[in-house]
Amino acid sequence: MDEKRIHVISALVLNKPGVLQRVAGLFTRRGFNIDNITVGASEQENMARMTIISHGDENVLEQIIKQLNKLIDVVKVRDLDPENTVKRELCLIKISTSSEKVRSEIIQYANIFRGRIIDVSPETLTVEITGAPEKIEALIDLLQGFGIKQIARTGATAISRGMVE
Amino acid sequence: MKGSEAIIKSLQDQGVDVVFGYPGGVLLPLYDELYDSDLKHILVRHEQCAAHAADGYARASGKVGVCIGTSGPGATNLVTGIATAHMDSSPILAIAGQVATGLIGRDAFQEVDTLGLTMPITKHNFQAMHADEIPGIIKSSFYIANTGRPGPVAIDLPKDVQEEEFDYKNDFQIDLPGYKPTKKGHPLQIKKASNLILNSKKPVILAGGGVIISESSDELMELSKVINAPVTTTLMGKGSFSEDHPLSIGMLGMHGRKVANMMVDECDCLIVIGCRFSDRTTGKVDEFAPNAKIIQIDVDPAEIGKNVSIDVPIVGDAKIVMSSLIKAIEKLKQKKQSGSSSKWTKYISDFKINCTPRLSYEDVPLKPQQVIKEIRNTLDDETIVTTDVGQNQMWMAHYFTTKIPRTFLSSGGLGTMGFGFPAAMGAKVALPENDVVAVCGDGGFLMVSQDLATIKEYDIPVVICVLDNRYLGMVAQWQKLFYNKRISHTRLGEVPDFVKLAEAYGVKGERVKKPGEMEETLKSALKSGEPTLIDVVIDPDEILPMVPPGCGITEIVGEYKVEREVPGEIPYRAPHIGEDGD
Repeated sequence: MDEKRIHVISALVLNKPGVLQRVAGLFTRRGFNIDNITVGASEQENMARMTIISHGDENVLEQIIKQLNKLIDVVKVRDLDPENTVKRELCLIKISTSSEKVRSEIIQYANIFRGRIIDVSPETLTVEITGAPEKIEALIDLLQGFGIKQIARTGATAISRGMVE
Repeated sequence: MKGSEAIIKSLQDQGVDVVFGYPGGVLLPLYDELYDSDLKHILVRHEQCAAHAADGYARASGKVGVCIGTSGPGATNLVTGIATAHMDSSPILAIAGQVATGLIGRDAFQEVDTLGLTMPITKHNFQAMHADEIPGIIKSSFYIANTGRPGPVAIDLPKDVQEEEFDYKNDFQIDLPGYKPTKKGHPLQIKKASNLILNSKKPVILAGGGVIISESSDELMELSKVINAPVTTTLMGKGSFSEDHPLSIGMLGMHGRKVANMMVDECDCLIVIGCRFSDRTTGKVDEFAPNAKIIQIDVDPAEIGKNVSIDVPIVGDAKIVMSSLIKAIEKLKQKKQSGSSSKWTKYISDFKINCTPRLSYEDVPLKPQQVIKEIRNTLDDETIVTTDVGQNQMWMAHYFTTKIPRTFLSSGGLGTMGFGFPAAMGAKVALPENDVVAVCGDGGFLMVSQDLATIKEYDIPVVICVLDNRYLGMVAQWQKLFYNKRISHTRLGEVPDFVKLAEAYGVKGERVKKPGEMEETLKSALKSGEPTLIDVVIDPDEILPMVPPGCGITEIVGEYKVEREVPGEIPYRAPHIGEDGD
């Protein structure tokens, strides 16, 4: 069996209505997986950058890239080399806080992970954390015991290191 | 200028002289503009026929065919035709009306998400939200539809946009930064391919629809001569290489010619041009061309290695790549490399003679082979033949000798029943000087028979041959072969009387029952210059030998009836070629 691995695909697309639907529709129709997808403005005017995380063997990846390239609204597609790519994700975690002791424990953990407290209410604390998805997983695991009420994650976005394109 | 006027002006600027359409509520502004326009509009009787007619127009002429339907059901009726064009890379422009921009998303009367519906079945689609976008959208649509790998483009056109006034300026540019089709092949790949070809002893060329689209039949003929290779085609490639040429071995695949299936299995180098390796062409992929190195030439990079793994891919336009390849091979040949010899082509021509399918039958009811033989005898080479889908299509593909590109039009990828007749209508409109004959089954024709009204009203003199066996023959064939002869819901019954049906529309109706009658009837129908339907009563039990799904293409089931009285053992495998170094 071919080796399956995680692929980070970075696509420069025209910033027009319907582009996300074209890309998402392509993945559905061709049976490709999307683990997560982020979209936002890029360095170029009228263009957005999509970061798509997918998994599959090399043939699947090759087809994904070729099929993405066929979309008229997709300008450029790159499969980022995992060795030379930085991935970051933002995550907001809302936790029930029954006592003062629990609060200070959570704040300590958040500090260790370089998170920030962005909202406090009598019953809850909300932590903001950014980092590689693995780091976020680790903090979520730690906070699980306190009773997480809600998690909102952006999904990872990525960029290549240095002058690597 | 009003949006609706801009649509017509932009279409005419692109050289459009005819559109196939069906009006509706949201298209009133456009049709009001058409009232004064010299753009010819053909009113079909179902939007699906508008799309198929535009498709037939495009396939016959190479120009973009245009169809128009209203919002909602008009658009959904166009969908089958658009998907048909998409699967076979046919350049059509489908314009669908839409409810006014202020009503979009409110489930207005006759509103449907046309953009969403057509996204996966078009090369690209647009929604015009302002009238001033129209000229640019139409210009881009034609450019996208008919460059690179062609395909359909759809435009969603809200009612108020058609009515909106704007300053028309003739200075719009096509701005498509994400669309740059590759034309020339990579020189290194061409070098690799030419070496591979010259080192092979048993090369075969497989030509697909891409050869016809890129108008490279001359290059194909030259390539096959230069490298001494026989040519097989896919269904879509039929006509790219004259099937009466000694190097032609006919169509490949599930319903392919025996010689083609056997030689592809045997060849040591397969040169594939403009072909997407449909499952109907390859059979079981793991057993496809097991002895061959495969070279694939395609303008669409995504086709390389999609279904079959490729040894030497070349991305580019078939015409340009083949010319470069021929030059490279001729250069190498001068050095000393030999390539394939006449021993290989002799072996193939012997094999071919031994399994030429039998066409002559005296039986009543008629055998389809006999009917097709008579059709071939009657038609000149330039006659455009369309087929429907099912047995009629595969009989025609298998038995009918096609000699010229763009004269055999068939729905290959989507396999759309009901394609043949409206496509013939479109082809006749595109090329009125050519005779056009639609060979349909009775099932498929009944899906679109209402458009007999169109060919009568507009005097479009196509001849429709309905191969009438009162069965959905292909499905019944599979039921007979693979489902224990349980004929479940494929018997069509005794109605209608096709001759009377034609006559109800004022179209001439004829019936053919015996050998010899087809030739006579077809000849006089073509001579009359009138639209005619010929009901051809054929044997419902005739089946075509086929490769069962999921099998390798050499595993043909059903008796392969050959032309010779006593077919001898057909030799298979030519181990001597290439082993003794000749």
